[in-house]
Amino acid sequence: MIPSLAEFLAIDLAAVVTACLCAATCAIVGSFLVLRRQALLGDSIAHSVLPGLAAAFLIVGSRGSVPMFIGALVAGIISTVLSEGLRRIARVESGAAMGVVFSTMFALGVLLMSLPRMRTVDLDADCVLNGVLETVVWTADTARGTRVPTTLADLLDPGVLAGAPQQLVTALVVFVVVGCVVLALYKELTLASFDGGLAAALGFPPWLLHTVLVVLAASASVASFEVVGSILVIAMLICPAASARMCTDRLTSQIAVAVLFSVLSVLSGYCAAAFGPGLVGFPGTTLSAAGMITVAAGLLLVAAILLAPVHGLLARSARTFRLGVTIAREDLLAMLYRVEESNPHQTLRRDQVIQGLGGGVVARSAIRSALSRGEIVPAGHGLTLTDPGRAAARALVRTHRLWESYLVHELGLRPDHVHRAAMDLEHHTTPAMVQDLASAVPSVTDDPHGRRIPDAGLEGSPARSARGNGPEPGR
Amino acid sequence: MLEDLLRILTFRAGYTAGVVVAGCTLLGVASGLIGCFGLLRRRSLMGDALAHATLPGVAGAFLIASALAWLLPEGVQPKSLGVLLTGAGVSAALGVLSVHGIVRGSGGRVREDAAIGVVLSVFFGLGYVLLSVVQAMPTGTQAGLKTFLFGQPAAMSVRDAQTLAIVAAVAMVAALALYKEFRLLCFDEEFARVQGWPTGGLDLAMMALVVLVVVVGLQAVGLVLVVALLIVPPAAARFWTDRLGAMLAISAGIGGGAGFVGVSISALRPGLPAGAIVVLSAAALFAASALCSPRHGLLGRWSRHASLTRRIRLDHALRALYERLEVAGTGQSPASALPRQDAGAALTGVGGASAIRWLARIGHVREDGDCVALTPSGLLAAARAVRNHRLWEQYLVTHADLAPSHVDRSADMIEHVLSPEMVRELEAALESEAEGAEHGPRVPTSVHPIRHAASEPHAAPRSSTEEGPRA
Repeated sequence: MIPSLAEFLAIDLAAVVTACLCAATCAIVGSFLVLRRQALLGDSIAHSVLPGLAAAFLIVGSRGSVPMFIGALVAGIISTVLSEGLRRIARVESGAAMGVVFSTMFALGVLLMSLPRMRTVDLDADCVLNGVLETVVWTADTARGTRVPTTLADLLDPGVLAGAPQQLVTALVVFVVVGCVVLALYKELTLASFDGGLAAALGFPPWLLHTVLVVLAASASVASFEVVGSILVIAMLICPAASARMCTDRLTSQIAVAVLFSVLSVLSGYCAAAFGPGLVGFPGTTLSAAGMITVAAGLLLVAAILLAPVHGLLARSARTFRLGVTIAREDLLAMLYRVEESNPHQTLRRDQVIQGLGGGVVARSAIRSALSRGEIVPAGHGLTLTDPGRAAARALVRTHRLWESYLVHELGLRPDHVHRAAMDLEHHTTPAMVQDLASAVPSVTDDPHGRRIPDAGLEGSPARSARGNGPEPGR
Repeated sequence: MLEDLLRILTFRAGYTAGVVVAGCTLLGVASGLIGCFGLLRRRSLMGDALAHATLPGVAGAFLIASALAWLLPEGVQPKSLGVLLTGAGVSAALGVLSVHGIVRGSGGRVREDAAIGVVLSVFFGLGYVLLSVVQAMPTGTQAGLKTFLFGQPAAMSVRDAQTLAIVAAVAMVAALALYKEFRLLCFDEEFARVQGWPTGGLDLAMMALVVLVVVVGLQAVGLVLVVALLIVPPAAARFWTDRLGAMLAISAGIGGGAGFVGVSISALRPGLPAGAIVVLSAAALFAASALCSPRHGLLGRWSRHASLTRRIRLDHALRALYERLEVAGTGQSPASALPRQDAGAALTGVGGASAIRWLARIGHVREDGDCVALTPSGLLAAARAVRNHRLWEQYLVTHADLAPSHVDRSADMIEHVLSPEMVRELEAALESEAEGAEHGPRVPTSVHPIRHAASEPHAAPRSSTEEGPRA
């Protein structure tokens, strides 16, 4: 059930925009955290804010936004200071130090929340985990002259904007502040993230930038979790940044892509939670929006891991496959050349070739590739080299035998140890390297197994070597 | 109140309470044991991801069991503990595999810490979505499912508690049975692999035990806090010992103690969050260990550091006085007393006049009116300090080929930690004579001019000679 525009603007817009702002803030900070292998800092902070909230409430006695924010920020910073102290002074392993501190603080928060004084307030551990995104709505207040937006034009009306929910305003402020700090310190943060030693040598103490990052992460999570819950905060600190990390190698574009991913997951997750059940036949039901956004962020990460253009699983597999086919095709040419060399009238049958190449899809693709490049042609029941194919094959065999000679004469390897190495090297040898090899073993005309090294650039059938009638030690 | 607590602690508060307390104690022991291996493998936070990953399993198992209620055997409800915990176990296992899958699938670009965070948050978010589905179901309410978030041992039945105790005991026995293998895996994984141990399988077994503990801990302490039982006791035990066997025992004791005390306290009043109190008990034990353990505790380390600092200060003060006496004396024998002003100047670096009072208080220095002299004990200690310093300097000059002007600083640092054996070795290396019996340790001559205190900057530098410093 798709809502009308007016319904969407009146009911969902505030929540969506607030969630987008929170998510984008977290994604910016998270990009640095993921890069610095401090992804779990967000986890730690998000768990630790609970006692700060409870303490702020107990001290101030109301659920105002400012005391809550300060309490949570202080708690978040205390937790990072404590875990850093445990790691440095008491020498507890960093993961364990974090675990000890945040679980203890969370337990303290749960205990404080269970105090009779806290029961009266609408603040429990559950809502800290899950957030109250559903309650962020535009309120109409006739006394202040605010009203709910129902058309797009309303969004430009100051009267409407003045009635924007307070959580949205907080999220916007934190987004702007965090964005400005990151922009102002971008160079320093980048330097410290990639090369702490250089940063320190240039006079930017890494601990200072670390502190800045902790404060940023704490502000981002604290501002967000009241609305979207600490679970979504953790997800937004890590998932978009990790997805972006799959897609790009540049920090600037990584941050941009991370923000994009975070907004995308908010939109898709929110829509799935709010309108999904209606679409599949359960009108009137909604699912947990924060949970759904988290799941959407996770799915986007899986998609990024699979589909990212250069570093994705599929792209990497395709590259590996293509390289495998290239190597198999070159092996195929060299194999046919060696058969021709030992007996000009002999051809190899297709199944023999496939078996010789190790079989499988790679071998078949290699044959298809060689056929389509015109390097081999079917001849009778077998395959035989064309002239261009023969030239390529001769170059490969020449490279192979030069390598073997080089490894034996220059590196002193045993002749029966060099075939495999040459097999691997021949596919990655540039023409310039071939020349270098040839000049390194200038007087050698036969390889260590007694086969003639083909000359560079001579056309025609392979020359028969004097002693080359025995079986080759390899292909 | 105190009586109530005592009654519960001594298992006199009724059969159910007793079984629950016993079950949670066993849980603490088991998680303390298994957590040790996790800590040593630096996998502490994996338990956190696992614990959070159980939520979709709990909710999903409930949903599936409700949909297939006609298939369930007699007496099993969709909300039965067995059904929910099976779901929890399955999704926790999926969580482990996802962490590995993300790290491997991304070719290492997404590192393990990020993968743990991803699994933790995404699985937990999925759990919340499923909970909201349960909420929306016409028949079911999610009441009961959310107790898994923070645990509620008070709601456990005797059978639940017995199940908990049995599973915890099984996990404990399995951990002990695989002790040798796990130890090898923790300390030298490469060696284990070379020796032919299936390290991958052992790793999985370790994770399976963690899953087991997490799953049975859901009811007692809740899924957000169960990870604390896996981390806090081992981290506390680590302060007390450097041996794995002892660490396991201490960690199991701390875990069991926290479970026992925590659940007992929380049984005092309804509404007290048991999981939080168990974790806070464990945290209190952790804090006590971090402070008080003699070996790695903060107080022990600080006191050792303070005593070393004091010894260094004493050595420096005595050496400064001795060298000043040498300068004031003639030929081989140092002067016996110094004017107070000179002594103060010699001690500028270590506190000046207050250092004289300090040395006098501990009996190394005698104050005679306006003169300051070393007592026999002070002379002995000072001669020893100077001797260590100069032996090391000589060694550096003769054997390490350093310039005489470069060795003073290095000897400053080494002189305090030279053991008598090392001094003897130094003497042997330098072919120096044994110390004279009645005159105390023989003090070799300095290889470089004795530094002068700031108070007499114009004094002519003395050259180091074989005859020793001259006046």
